[in-house]
Amino acid sequence: MSSGRLLSALLAGLVLLASPALAEEYVIVIDAMKFAAPPDGLKENDVIVWRNEDIFRHTATDRGGSFDIDLEPGAEARLTLAATGTFEVYCRYHPGMTLDLVVEP
Amino acid sequence: MFRILLASAAMAVVLASPTFAQADLTDPQIAHIAYTAGELDIASAEQALRKSTNPEVTEFAETMVRDHRAVNEQALSLLEKLGVEPQDNATSAALSEAAEAKLEELEALEGEAFDAAYVANEVAFHQTVNEALEATLIPSAENAELKALLESGLTLFGEHQMHAEHLAATFK
Repeated sequence: MSSGRLLSALLAGLVLLASPALAEEYVIVIDAMKFAAPPDGLKENDVIVWRNEDIFRHTATDRGGSFDIDLEPGAEARLTLAATGTFEVYCRYHPGMTLDLVVEP
Repeated sequence: MFRILLASAAMAVVLASPTFAQADLTDPQIAHIAYTAGELDIASAEQALRKSTNPEVTEFAETMVRDHRAVNEQALSLLEKLGVEPQDNATSAALSEAAEAKLEELEALEGEAFDAAYVANEVAFHQTVNEALEATLIPSAENAELKALLESGLTLFGEHQMHAEHLAATFK
């Protein structure tokens, strides 16, 4: 590695370290009438991509009313976690399908 | 009420009958029974969508139409792929007959009486079909893909049954 490239790599590393925690993106697949397990360590501003791989239409709906995402079969949608707390998620069409999202500061 | 009992009794007889209990149902017959059950539930939901004004009941009925259509479309493409023609049989015919009687009986009801009767029948219908899937149709299916489709049907209908039970509890 040339010294110029080494320097820019180091600088890039410093920039990364100095920036506020980067938002992570997680995919939650819905299939066979189930939400996949929720990711651990969710933080505020992280993004959930809800991906419906089932042959049925589903929703990812917060019981507290902060989001209600309707997903046709094959569809996906992004949700930015704008608040902390525990969100009880269910499918409005299939209320037996549930998932708890724990979002930490 | 008597007719409700009669229709339920007819259904119980159908499903407890030797035809249904026999483990020698063929895959084309099993496919026909499962497909017919889905179509009957769609017809019942369409009646509810025409007659009910209760938003929870109509949303449930919309889900029934959508989900059962999705399963049946999947079933049709599987059968096409396998080159299997669904085969009419005594169980399918008896199921259709019982459902026909039920539609006629519910047609005479209005308002909350209709809603309660529709939802109660949804509980009973899904319960019956789920028991049949579990005890007879799934174990008898020979083709692995058909078996898998019936299994996902069972997961779905189990959810429908639970949903219907919750709704039914609101009418008591």
